[in-house]
Amino acid sequence: MARALVKPPMVVEDFSPASHFKPKSGGLIPRGLTGLAVFIIIAMLLIIIGDIVIGGAGIISWDFLTSPPEHGMMAGGIFPAIFGTLFLVILMTIMAVPIGVLTAIYLHEYTNQSSTITKLIRIAISNLAGVPSIVFGLFGLGFFIGFIGTGVDSIFFKSSAPVWGQPAIIWAAATLALLTLPVVIISTEEALRTIPRELKEASYALGATRLQTIIKIIIPQAMPGILTGAILAISRGAGEVAPIMFTGAAYYLPYLPGKLNDQFMELGYHIYVMATQSPDVEATLPILYGTVLVLLILTFLLNLTAILIRSRMRKRRIHV
Amino acid sequence: MEQYTFKKKSRLVEFVGEKIIAICAFSAIISVLLIFIFVFKESIPIFTSPEVQQEASVGKMTFKQTYYEGRDPKWSWQPNSDVPKYSLLPLLVGTIKVTLVAMLLAIPLGVGAALYTSEFASRKTREVIKPVIELLAGIPSVVLGFFALIVLASVIQNVLGLTFRLNALNAGVALGLAVVPIIFTISEDALTSVPGSLREASLALGASPWQVSFTMVLPAAVPGIGAGIVLGFGRAIGETMIVLMASGNAAILSASLTDSVRTFSATIAAELAEVVFGSAHYNVLFFIGSLLFVFTFIINLGGEVVLNRLKARIQGNQ
Repeated sequence: MARALVKPPMVVEDFSPASHFKPKSGGLIPRGLTGLAVFIIIAMLLIIIGDIVIGGAGIISWDFLTSPPEHGMMAGGIFPAIFGTLFLVILMTIMAVPIGVLTAIYLHEYTNQSSTITKLIRIAISNLAGVPSIVFGLFGLGFFIGFIGTGVDSIFFKSSAPVWGQPAIIWAAATLALLTLPVVIISTEEALRTIPRELKEASYALGATRLQTIIKIIIPQAMPGILTGAILAISRGAGEVAPIMFTGAAYYLPYLPGKLNDQFMELGYHIYVMATQSPDVEATLPILYGTVLVLLILTFLLNLTAILIRSRMRKRRIHV
Repeated sequence: MEQYTFKKKSRLVEFVGEKIIAICAFSAIISVLLIFIFVFKESIPIFTSPEVQQEASVGKMTFKQTYYEGRDPKWSWQPNSDVPKYSLLPLLVGTIKVTLVAMLLAIPLGVGAALYTSEFASRKTREVIKPVIELLAGIPSVVLGFFALIVLASVIQNVLGLTFRLNALNAGVALGLAVVPIIFTISEDALTSVPGSLREASLALGASPWQVSFTMVLPAAVPGIGAGIVLGFGRAIGETMIVLMASGNAAILSASLTDSVRTFSATIAAELAEVVFGSAHYNVLFFIGSLLFVFTFIINLGGEVVLNRLKARIQGNQ
């Protein structure tokens, strides 16, 4: 009997011809087809990036990045668009990150995961993430400009031309902040989940209140996640055009935006206008490619940083 | 006594802090409500104002209309003509055509790549594929639109010998590229979260690795993959810049994929800047926005519910 117990591996092999023959012959087709899908995706990505790099690398120079457009966008640089984009995303970050981080903390530290309120907030967040960007544009126009801006004007600036009730960088930034809020929340929550419970328990055991624990322990520990969220939000915000089309972006401005109620030029909108409304497409094409390359480098660098921080954070979680 | 006041003060700080955090947390709910209210508000005159209804009532947007005496009734979107025409059907057909092309491209690519990554790829390959596809997700839609407008359109035109560069096919292919990462990420998540015990059980019963993938893992992950497809569909319907730049923007009512098309989202983007504030046209554009909002809301809710159920079921198994 004891001898028979040593044998079974042989018996298993005998009874399963499938494991002998099928993996190589039958597995090849599914493997090849699904591999082809990966190949096509990566090839398309490389073609897009390659085309833009080849088309745009030649024109990028210090001058291109630091001078304003000339001759109806057919010469000169894109400095106002870069400046406007940076101004816009900084304003957006100031609005989106605090609210997003506090929302994540509320969801993770203050409420029961299965309570109705938590569920409602989660539904709202995922829906906010799914609202089409053009609808955000409509909302920005109707709410920020038409309701809040015009409301402020009618109270403080009677009978003059619109001061706040017009497209402006603050309203575009507020619209983008709403759009990127889910990005910040989701990323912060992911970081909150990696914080070991012992740390919090130790803090409570030392007599710290919940708020003190949040400020002194949780937020510093979640910093990589908060940073990732902010970077991803900036990258997303810098690339969105539809929400800012009606809320503040301008085709051409002879001055840089200096006040919160100024209009502004922006890289993505600049690309859209040059690509679709240029009187001479051939003449604008090199500048257009250069602008696309600048925007692409900007968003890729941001995304890459976020991916790196996040993978480091995940490793930390495993080690702890 | 002193200790008592300290406690009281810290309690107050605690209370205020908690309230501030709670208010922030509710901002998401409030935002969604405000978005619906303020977008829908501007389209109310379509239902209430007789003046607006003369040009654009729900009936006029839906059914065939006779715009000129003696001509056949037809569906037409020409808001800026002498006789403004607000039929939504050409826009609906355009949206469906572009979305259909995008999904036909994105579903096999996204699901296929997810299957390869979770079932066949080595650990190292996986570590390469995932960030690369995340990079694709990071390309701004205006850049994809630019690529479709300048490069892809010419390629498709030459290959198929078409008269018009910008058409539903061109916009659909570019849109598909934007949707692929969504379907890939969610499907891959669903596939890798299938419990290892399921895999091991079928392997132990003598199934080969690929049999396990296709007869065990894939069926178990189907709800998640379905949710990924649905969420990708939601994104495709609402995506604006790609379609605005690559579709040609002519509201032609036809079944052909090589005709120029105009979608709901592109219509808003292209026309809102020139519209008279408070006119019938303005109201109709906001009405289209409300339709997009409601539609994507339902899609997202459905997708989320499926994903959450799946999560609960898999966690329950462990």
